[in-house]
Parts: sequence; C-alpha cells; structure tokens
Amino acid sequence: MIETLSIVIVGSPLVAAALCAACRHARVAEYANLIASFVCVVAALSLACNVKDGYRFLHDYVVVDALASWTLVCTALVYCLASIYAVGYMRLLAEERERLPNFYALFALFAATMIFGPIMNNIGVYWIAIELTTLVSTFLVGFERGREAIEAAWKYIIVVSAGISLALLGTVLFYWAGSLVIGPTYDMTWDTLRRAAPQMNPALTQMAFLLVLVGYGTKAGLAPMHTWLPDAHSEGPAPVSAMLSGALLNTAMLGIARFLTITDAANSSLLPRTVLVAFGAFSLFVAALFIVKQQGIKRLMAYSSVEHMGVLALGFGFGGPLAIAAVLYHMLNHSLNKSLMFFGAGNVMRVFGTKDMGEIRNVWTRFPVTGALWLAGAVAITGAPPFGLFLSELTLMRAGMASSNAWAVIVMLLLLIVIFIGFLNHFRAMYFEAQPASVAQEINRKVSVSAWMTVPMWLALVPVLVLGVWWPQDLWRFFEMVAADLGGVAR
Amino acid sequence: MLLAHLSPLAASLFSLLAIGSLLLAFVMLGSRWLKDYLLAFMVESWLIAALSGAVGYYGNYHELYLIAILTALFRGLVLPYLIWRIIVRLKVERELHVILQPSSSIVLGALLVLFAFVVSNHLGNALGFGGTVVVLALTVMLSMKLIGFLMLAVRHEAISQVLGLLILENGIFLGSQILVPGMPMLIELVLLFDLLVIVVSFGVLVRYLVEHVGSTSSRELTRLVG
Repeated sequence: MIETLSIVIVGSPLVAAALCAACRHARVAEYANLIASFVCVVAALSLACNVKDGYRFLHDYVVVDALASWTLVCTALVYCLASIYAVGYMRLLAEERERLPNFYALFALFAATMIFGPIMNNIGVYWIAIELTTLVSTFLVGFERGREAIEAAWKYIIVVSAGISLALLGTVLFYWAGSLVIGPTYDMTWDTLRRAAPQMNPALTQMAFLLVLVGYGTKAGLAPMHTWLPDAHSEGPAPVSAMLSGALLNTAMLGIARFLTITDAANSSLLPRTVLVAFGAFSLFVAALFIVKQQGIKRLMAYSSVEHMGVLALGFGFGGPLAIAAVLYHMLNHSLNKSLMFFGAGNVMRVFGTKDMGEIRNVWTRFPVTGALWLAGAVAITGAPPFGLFLSELTLMRAGMASSNAWAVIVMLLLLIVIFIGFLNHFRAMYFEAQPASVAQEINRKVSVSAWMTVPMWLALVPVLVLGVWWPQDLWRFFEMVAADLGGVAR
Repeated sequence: MLLAHLSPLAASLFSLLAIGSLLLAFVMLGSRWLKDYLLAFMVESWLIAALSGAVGYYGNYHELYLIAILTALFRGLVLPYLIWRIIVRLKVERELHVILQPSSSIVLGALLVLFAFVVSNHLGNALGFGGTVVVLALTVMLSMKLIGFLMLAVRHEAISQVLGLLILENGIFLGSQILVPGMPMLIELVLLFDLLVIVVSFGVLVRYLVEHVGSTSSRELTRLVG
C-alpha cells in the first residue's frame, strides 16, 4: 500500500514532466501538470493517513515515516496550489508562449525532486536529491530570461552549491565517524548512524553536524546563509516563488531535523541545538531588519520566508514533543499562507506592472475581493489571530520557555512584533495611502486576473483560518508519532 | 581500520598524492589565466584518480579501481573538456579585475592551510590518529575546501567560480578516498553523475549570462540588492 502510494507520488510528476517535454503543446502541458499535482495531493494525504512506523523498502533506500509524509503533504499541497495558479499566471506572459511546455516540464520535475528528497533513507542519496532540486529550480528562477532573472539564477546556483558542498563534507565525516564504530562498509541510513551514534566521537560528530547545519541551512534560507533567497524568490515567476518558499525550504529543514536525532543519540546535543537556535534567532533578526526597510513586493515575501524558517529552526532547536508539534503545524500553515502571499503578489505585480511597493497604491479599489484575501493573508503571515500561524507560534513559544534556550523566546517575541508592525505597515500603504502625485498611475487594464489566479488564494486561506480556530485531535496524534521519532531535548 | 597500520611506502605514496593535489590548488590561486585553472584542475583530478587506485591496491578495495578509472575519465577528461569548450566560446582568457593579487591570495591560502591543519590535528588527536596519514587527509580536505571558498570570494569570472566549486568537490572526494574507502560505490557513482549535471547546468547558465547580461563577470551582477 505505502509502497504503491510512494511510487505514485514520485512517479506522477515525472510522467507529467516527460509528457510536457514530449508533446510540446502548451495546453496539454498545463493540464498534465495540473492532473499530476492533484494525484500528488491525494497520494500524499492517504500516505499520511496510512503511515505507521517508518516503512522501508527498495533495499532500505526509501523510508516513509511520519515526518517524511508530513513534509510530502506540505509539498504536494503547495505544488497543487501553484499548478492551479500557474495556469492563469503563465498565460499572461504572452511572449513566453512557446516555452510553456519547458516551463511545465521543469515545474513538474522540480516537484518530483522535492518529493524524492524527504523519503530518502540514505544520507548520501538525500544530499543528491537536495542538490538536484537546486539544479532544476535554477532554470525555473531564470525562466523569464531577463537580466535580473539570470543574475538571480546565477547567484542561486553558486551560493547554494557552495553551501551544500559543506553538507556533503559533513555527510562524509558522519560516515567516517560511523565507520570507526561499525566497520568500513555499511549502508549509511539514518537508523544505522543513530544506532552507532552513542559510540561515535563527540568532537567529530559535532563538527560534522555543524557542517551539515551550515550546508542545509543555506538551502533552507537560514541567515546569514540566506543571501540567495530574496533574489531567487523575487525573480522567478510567482508560482515558482511559492514552490521555493512553501515546499523547497521545508525539504532542507527536514534534513537538519534528522541529523539532530543523530547528535541527540550521541548525547552531545547541547551545542548543536544551541547553534540551531542561534541561527533561528539571527534569521528572525535579519528578516526583521530587511522587512522594515523593504521596497520590492516579492522581496518582502522572501524575507518573510527567512523569518519563518528561523521560527522552524528555533522549534527544532528547542526540541521536545510540544515544540515538534508546533513546528510541524507551523510548516503546514506557512506553506499554505506563503503560497497565498506569493499568488497575491503575482496578481498585483502583473496588474500594476511593477515590483516596487512605492508604486502600488489603492489595491483595494482595484481588487475588492482578492485584495481582501491578500490582506487577510498578510495579517495571518505576521502571526495574528485567528489564523493558524498564531496558534503554532504561540505553542512554539510555550515549548521554548521550558527548554534550555528560553532566552530565544524573548528574542523571538520582540522580533515578531517588529516584523508584525513593519510588514503590515507596507500593506497599510498599499491599501489605504493615496497615490503620490509624482507617480503616474499606469494600471495595466489589459491584464485581467482570471479565476485560475484567485481560486488557489481561497483554497490556501480557508485552511489557514480553519487551522487557526481548530487544531484537530488526529493531528496531535500524528505529531506525537513524529515526536517519538525525533524526540530529544537539549542536554 | 586500514589507515592505522599502513606500510610506510603506502603512507608516503598517499601523502605525496594528497600534497600534490593541494599544491595544484595553489597553482589555481596563483594564476590569473583561465586555461591554467583548467589545467591544474585536470591534473588534480588525475592525481585523485591515482590516489583512488593506490588506496584500492593497498587496502584491498577492488571496486576502487573502477572509481579510479571513472574519476580519471569524468573529472580528468570530460569535465575539463566541457569547461574548455565554454572558455573557447567566451573569448575571455583571464581574470581582468582582481580583488586580491595572486601573491596575496597565495599567502592567504597558506594561512587557511595552517588553520585547516590546526583543526585536523586537534580532531586527529581526539580520535587517536595523531601523526598518521589521517591528519594529512583531513588537512588537505579542509584546505581545499577553504581554498575553493577563497577562489569563489576573490574571483569574478564565471569560469573561475565554477572551478572554485569543483575544487570544493575535489577536496571532499580526495578526503573521502582516504578516510572512508569503503563508502558504498553507488553513492560515488551518483556523485560523479551529479557533477556532470552540475557542469552542464553551468554551461547553459553561462550562455544565458552572455546573452542576457552581456558579460560573464560577477562584477556586472549588481542589480539585486537589499
């Protein structure tokens, strides 16, 4: 059952990608990708319902456990929403019409690589999967071929490849540490390393973990390794930005969480967890600075992603069942909410013909309905009630107070308030401030926002609202299962 | 563990090959010509291939012979050929603007090697491998890593940056041959393939850079800030 579902979930985007590349017809590609994304959501949800203890197959190369299936749910949901949105959004780019099949082929391939990563049981293959996500998404970031887009793509591939090579070094050192315990040749799965961990040398384990943390932290967008993130998120087409932010970053965070279990097993988790918490707090700090001063609309959203990855890092750093539950809840809420924000930003950007927030005014008169949706999303993403992120951030702070890094909770609270004010101030200006006389309003009347571009916004906002007022009991049980796998608090 | 009791001949052969690779990384730091970088990278890959073979011979890891052949073929011939084709098409022969003169970067590189040695020596002593070839392997691995980052930081040309990344990879590969010769072969094969994909991706991107930015120097990539 689980085996079939896993094959379906990885296979359907691959088939869609092959179909898009083969038939070279824009409409066929659109729908092939869309259907694949729906299949992915269904498969991911039923996988999450059926998952028990980690299920391993293909000679132990694949593991489907609760954590992996949760990440897959987040990824598949974002993939599906972004695919719906892409249909409307990419049709607006009239000059790219011939290249649309390429776009969808890459898009589906990108989704496949992101689904592939979390279920890898071998730490070497996991590294390769993460590297593949970079290679595929580079071409999506640079898809519009403008000067800025190529610049962003180049910075993205260089910074992330360099960063992630540190993770490879850490992986080799982990393998070496294990080989001193088990013997020269073994399958480097998460479980084997976890079992060998108590006998591993603590100095070596800690160094390996720090390398891995910096490496995958680059990919996850933790400050100060986040430098590629605002560029890539702002220059890619809006559906790609949503995928990068809502799905890709989680896949890399998952690796950090799994490596943490190894250092936990090695009884040397205090330093790793404190460093992770410090990275998280610093990410919030950097995000707060840049959000307050920001001018680009999509860069604003990108820095908000840095902020939320910081929150996830804090949660994994705190450790313990409550923090794990909060982190996973936050992951889902952030994925949905950030997709909504990027979709709204894409709509506004297309209609106003600019990314500069200084030139975007009177959003409300231009979009009465989706404008309200977007504003609600903005309130939600800053962590205000009654939305899901409020609940998850609150739970996370509660968990943090009990951990050994309680100082970080205070920092988090202060920075979240700064971000709340800074972020919503931009929205106040865009919605309620009058047009400055110097900027001529050149609203692009020809661009019409189709239902393809508004329906996914509804689909994203409604769950975030529901999750904000009702935390289902079944989810608690699910999170307990993950927490049992990850466990661990700083010692 | 293989490394704890090596014959002196094997130990010195490993050391020679590892130090040779490190020296070639310095050749790259000390030159401004892209062709020199490429040549140094190529020879470095051959040395690493020889190292794989030597480790395979002295440690009885016969699958390493295959790795050695593939390394020589892919890292030593195919990748340099692909990069050479990009260089020829670009008509850029050397770094035009240097932040750091080659001489200063060599000095800086030496300091980085020193740092790498201090870290590896500490780690080697903690593990009870003090004074063996393990410390050397760790030192070379970390120094090539740091030198690769130095190249990424002080060089502007797209090709230099790609080669900087490849040195990072080479460093890890070299270290892993000595430290973990028993690493499953599948992983190493996939890594080689991955490297090929990376270089092809870079080739495509460099073409886009030329087409849409009109230059392959990262000095021109200054539009996105803040």
